[in-house]
Amino acid sequence: MSDTRTAPVSEIVAPGPQPARGRRGRLLRVLPYLLALLVLLALPLYVEEFWLRTGFAIAGAVVGAIGLNLLVGTTGQLSLAHAFFLAVGAITYAYTSGEPGGTATKISGLGLPPLVGMVLGVLVAGLAGLLFSPIAARLRGIYLGVASLGLVFIGQHLLNTWTSVTGGFNGRTTPQFSVPGFTFGSTDPELTVLGVPFGPSERLWYLGLVMAALAYWFAANLLRSRPGRALQTLRDSEVAAAVMGVNVQGYKARVFLVSSMYAGLAGVLFALSVGSVAPESFSLVVSVQFLAMIVLGGLGSVGGAAAGAAFVTALPLVFQQYAGSLPLVAEPGQPGVVASQAAAFLYGLAVVLVVLFEPAGLAGLLRKVRRPARSGARGTPVPSTPPAQAE
Amino acid sequence: MTQFLSLLLNGLSLGALYALIALGFVIIFKASEVVSFMHGSLLLLGAFLIARLHDRLGFWPAVLVGVLVTALVALLVERLLINRLRGAPVISLAILTIGVDLIMLTELTRRIGSDILNVGHPWGGGTFSIGSVGISDNRALAILVAAVLIALFFAAFRFSDWGVAMRAAAEDGEAAALMGIRLGRVSALAWTVAGVLAAVAGLFLVGAPTPGVTPGIGATALRAFPAAILGGLDSTGGALVGGLVVGVAESLAAGYQDQIAFLGRGFGDVVPYVVMVAVLLVRPSGLFGTRELTRV
Repeated sequence: MSDTRTAPVSEIVAPGPQPARGRRGRLLRVLPYLLALLVLLALPLYVEEFWLRTGFAIAGAVVGAIGLNLLVGTTGQLSLAHAFFLAVGAITYAYTSGEPGGTATKISGLGLPPLVGMVLGVLVAGLAGLLFSPIAARLRGIYLGVASLGLVFIGQHLLNTWTSVTGGFNGRTTPQFSVPGFTFGSTDPELTVLGVPFGPSERLWYLGLVMAALAYWFAANLLRSRPGRALQTLRDSEVAAAVMGVNVQGYKARVFLVSSMYAGLAGVLFALSVGSVAPESFSLVVSVQFLAMIVLGGLGSVGGAAAGAAFVTALPLVFQQYAGSLPLVAEPGQPGVVASQAAAFLYGLAVVLVVLFEPAGLAGLLRKVRRPARSGARGTPVPSTPPAQAE
Repeated sequence: MTQFLSLLLNGLSLGALYALIALGFVIIFKASEVVSFMHGSLLLLGAFLIARLHDRLGFWPAVLVGVLVTALVALLVERLLINRLRGAPVISLAILTIGVDLIMLTELTRRIGSDILNVGHPWGGGTFSIGSVGISDNRALAILVAAVLIALFFAAFRFSDWGVAMRAAAEDGEAAALMGIRLGRVSALAWTVAGVLAAVAGLFLVGAPTPGVTPGIGATALRAFPAAILGGLDSTGGALVGGLVVGVAESLAAGYQDQIAFLGRGFGDVVPYVVMVAVLLVRPSGLFGTRELTRV
């Protein structure tokens, strides 16, 4: 088990007054997070709309990546079905909160409040995961990976043919999100903070921030709890886990449930960010992107998943926005490498390099940079962070 | 009845091609414990090269170049990437191949664009019939070539030194290495053979009744995954049976889609996955795969 790592040598070499150093240490550890949070909260006052929109897309991806990481990184179950569960969440939201309509093809909808739609999206995605979990729990690593591949294609088929719910090939628009008394997609009620009018982008930014923070918090706590330890043991050795009294099949099924609920929420956020849901948004490519995110960030690390999600999501958008001023990226319609392709090259290459040279990803790099510096310079004990935990 | 027989025959030919690809998956898995998710782009690469070169070089030289280059790319991936990571977790290796696939597929898709490239098979788009049962010449030839290749493969696997080395390596890598079997060489050869099989399958998959080379052909190769899984990832015979089952099921579902219209149009494309999920529910290691036993 990874969390039995012994305290570093520095603690034995330089024991100091325990309580004072402990408080200062904790403050120093929390400070960067607080600063980052402050910056994120203040950002809408300063940056332009493009970055806020990108930020909301990233928030959705962060939620999804954290969920996939619980399954693949923490528990060691390869899943390519993430796009399918994303689709379930997104479609459920669009169906339950959307109004019936459509001209050429009839599209139905329940017209429930968007908040209910969001909750249902998460629940139905979880239900889909639960239905698949009898298979998931019995299969190991690679067999699960390939079986889950099937779900993506079955999902694509459903999206294309179940027209009354999904809108078919062309998809359907997603209703805007609102909670009673406050809408996120328009300017009702009017809101101005420090002279900056808060339009849809600013509102969605905060929605994304809250959702991503909740997802992060839940996952980080889960990993530090008893079930989290059980899942990590499961990854290291199923036999050892079973011997220690971990219910192998039960935990596998449950982590699949949690992971698909995360994917459901990510799907809802994705639908809100794009404004419509269509089958092509949930193809195998999306599953591969999510895998790339968690591999780049570092398998098993919650913070790493978030960083990887930001990188993979922002890359094509930024390339597209600044295509004119980037040397190798062609503008749309011109011959050459367009933004999405340039991004795919870059993160494809990054995945290969990470697996080759730094299997712990960004989180691993960060740990390498931080650890020697801390223990050497101040003689304070390094918080014993197990490799597979939230950083 | 005629329709049924014709669908069955076409399904068998499609299944033979799936079996070729699935055999590639299986020998790679046996030799280097890697599940190759890059087979789709390998196959596309082979077909793309043949389509691009057949005007300049003539058809047969183009086929030769296409098959050799595909095999070379597979070999390079094994030498440069997989071989360095011997002993790494299966999942990391699978993700590595996904990364390679992403790069190759993006580049090939970019080069093909929205075109449908013609491969220029000398046997053209004619059909061939036995009694009233018809099949395209291309698919009939595919059955023959696949049968020859598969027979050759099984003979080599059974009798040649490489086959013996390969089976020993799959059984117990460490013991095989101690007996003087060079695991690196076994694995390199497995990847090369898989590359050849994929390119040959690609050559026939893009012929009639398929219009030509499109980026979507890569997804067809992925349907050989259910074939390999269905038979059991470590069983060569299973790959053959799985390929045929998947091919026939797909062909029947596509042919009778009016009768099963309630499942939606284009259901044939997902049949392989439905069959796979159904089989895995009953037998988690596939039909012929070794069941994993753990002794404590």
